[in-house]
Amino acid sequence: MKRDIILAGVGGQGILSIATTIGMAALNTGLHLKQAEVHGMSQRGGDVSSNLRIADHEIASDLIPYGQADLIISVEPMESLRYLPLLSPGGWLITNTRPFINIPNYPEMDKLMAEIEMFENHIALDADEIAKKLGSSRSANMVILGAASPFLEISYTELQEAIRQIFARKGDAVIKLNLDALQAGRDFAEAHIN
Amino acid sequence: MDQKLMLLGDEAIAQAAIDAGMSGIYAYPGTPSTEITEYIIQSKEAKSGKIRAGWSTNEKTAMESALGMSYTGKRTMVCMKHVGLNVAADAFINSAITGANGGLIVVSADDPSMHSSQNEQDSRVYGKFALLPVLEPTNQQDAYDMVHYGFDMSEALGVPVLMRITTRLAHSRAGVIRKPARAQNEIHLPADPRQFILLPANARRQYKQLLHKQVEFEKYALESGFNVFTDGEDKTKGIITTGIAYNYLLENYPDRYIPFPVLKIAQYPIPYSMIETIYNSCDTLLILEEGYPVVEESVRGFLNNGKTIHGRLDGTVPRDGELNPNIVAVALGKKDTRGKDIPSVVVGRPPSLCSGCPHIYSYNALNEALEKWSKGRVFSDIGCYTLGALDPFDAINTCVDMGASITMAKGAADAGLLPVVAVIGDSTFTHSGITGLIDCVKDKSQITIMILDNETTAMTGGQDSSAFGRIEDICLGVGVHKDHIFVLDPSPKHHEKNLAILKKELDYEGVSIVIPRRECIQTAIRHIKKNKKTETIPSEA
Repeated sequence: MKRDIILAGVGGQGILSIATTIGMAALNTGLHLKQAEVHGMSQRGGDVSSNLRIADHEIASDLIPYGQADLIISVEPMESLRYLPLLSPGGWLITNTRPFINIPNYPEMDKLMAEIEMFENHIALDADEIAKKLGSSRSANMVILGAASPFLEISYTELQEAIRQIFARKGDAVIKLNLDALQAGRDFAEAHIN
Repeated sequence: MDQKLMLLGDEAIAQAAIDAGMSGIYAYPGTPSTEITEYIIQSKEAKSGKIRAGWSTNEKTAMESALGMSYTGKRTMVCMKHVGLNVAADAFINSAITGANGGLIVVSADDPSMHSSQNEQDSRVYGKFALLPVLEPTNQQDAYDMVHYGFDMSEALGVPVLMRITTRLAHSRAGVIRKPARAQNEIHLPADPRQFILLPANARRQYKQLLHKQVEFEKYALESGFNVFTDGEDKTKGIITTGIAYNYLLENYPDRYIPFPVLKIAQYPIPYSMIETIYNSCDTLLILEEGYPVVEESVRGFLNNGKTIHGRLDGTVPRDGELNPNIVAVALGKKDTRGKDIPSVVVGRPPSLCSGCPHIYSYNALNEALEKWSKGRVFSDIGCYTLGALDPFDAINTCVDMGASITMAKGAADAGLLPVVAVIGDSTFTHSGITGLIDCVKDKSQITIMILDNETTAMTGGQDSSAFGRIEDICLGVGVHKDHIFVLDPSPKHHEKNLAILKKELDYEGVSIVIPRRECIQTAIRHIKKNKKTETIPSEA
């Protein structure tokens, strides 16, 4: 078993919170893990990505080979498309539809969405809107993770457990908000797949 | 102690240094090396062990402080990015002649593909230049183990050891198993009281010793177990890898069976016998290096009249940039698995100054102040403010090396390009700007120097700035006239006032200092957050 995941977004959007959660669940499951992060200049509002590799055997490369990623998980719609050369045929694209516009030439939304929808294996959701409705706009990334959860080959209860561990010090209310966000994302994905 | 930690390569090095009995770490922040020192600064174990941990003014002061600690017999580490080794080079090269007393590891983090750098120089060349042993870990566990080994080797051989890492190792996380902790050394001064006095008579003797030790260095590299030769059935090709290139090779053989003989190099000087073995047993060689073709050049030789050697020099592997599994696949004659192209609707998203960043208002004022002059007179430096080169500012004309803003502006002023402006950050100013300012004062250069003081080293994540609260005093101290030192508030509401000061100082025929001062928006937000309980995972978890 292996899952090679590209996490994508814009510097400052917190894609590493998703990586941390998946990583903890993977470790608790006894899987091997490698995670290449981006530090430095591009964190200042530039495009950022992280290579997250999970496997039941030792992993050689820190970088996922082009055309072999199983999943792209993106917290921003345009960024989800930047990493298509890495995605394997049959891989899934899971993306937030809420744009992060910090450049003057950001493409028109309908063109962007048309490009995403051309892709057969995709799940696109407004995670910010869903999180806001749940009463915690800051948990949008957990909604995205929930939407990606059916494709991770890590049990859903392990993801829940990871969230409980990570937020243990923040109290039950915060844990519940994040678990609800995870569930909302998963519900959306399952409705979309079926 | 077989507890497995998920550590960045940088963090593995830091944890190993703590476990190996290091007494102090010195560094100037620089991507991708910063997290080594940050980890130790934040470590409770380091604190309880009273390990000295903090930021130096630049890489040279860091290197020299570490050498001083090594002189006392204690173990120490100094960390920098690759270009930082240029700054520390005088001390580094000469530390090979003095040798070490307490274990001394110099970590230099290279940045092939220039993710956050202005060049992709390969620190292994410095190791060879200094005639010192070099360790180049293949993975995070290697990095951890090599720090223990490196300290032991440094003390056994009496020389500093260079550890060369690259971005992908530094900033990638993997499981690391710790070794039992070792106590710190007691103070014990060098047995030879002349060891660190590089008077020519002593230096000649010490240099001869260093040359004699080369044989031992090679013996260590043969016996340590970090360089590994694995034979293979198919002798049509032998493969030599250095550092993390090995992982990309392995990635291309999912069952982990490589049919060719492979020499995995992770420690230098490369043992002659290992190269001889693979060269003699194979028809051709493929050399995969993350960085310059250092090994390839030496195996090829000047005349290149031996067996066919493939690598970066014959175009089998691109001459520049970092490796990846696909580049290695193609070099092996396998198919590139690259997926779909990036759709044309996707546009570039370069990094940019944060919303509310004080530099925005500094550049707005500067651009307006310079409107009546021709373009091309702003000399800048290394930091977040280098982003002033991009739209919508298009405000600066140079960025070369730490501190070059002031000195290049001086040279341009000397040539008659007037007025000229230097733009430098507070941390870069103390790193390498002050000496240039002294040159300007001495020559009464007509130059306006903007010291953008955001009260931190922002680009690398907000480390302490050595000049915090003392920039005006430093400028006064080196001889700038008090009437030409101004502190501005870089905010929209002070725009007109700031503009007037800048315009006036551009006309002044001498050295003037303008200091726009407001805290970096990132550290300001962090300070506010620190005082408030956060509700979800922080954005930079």
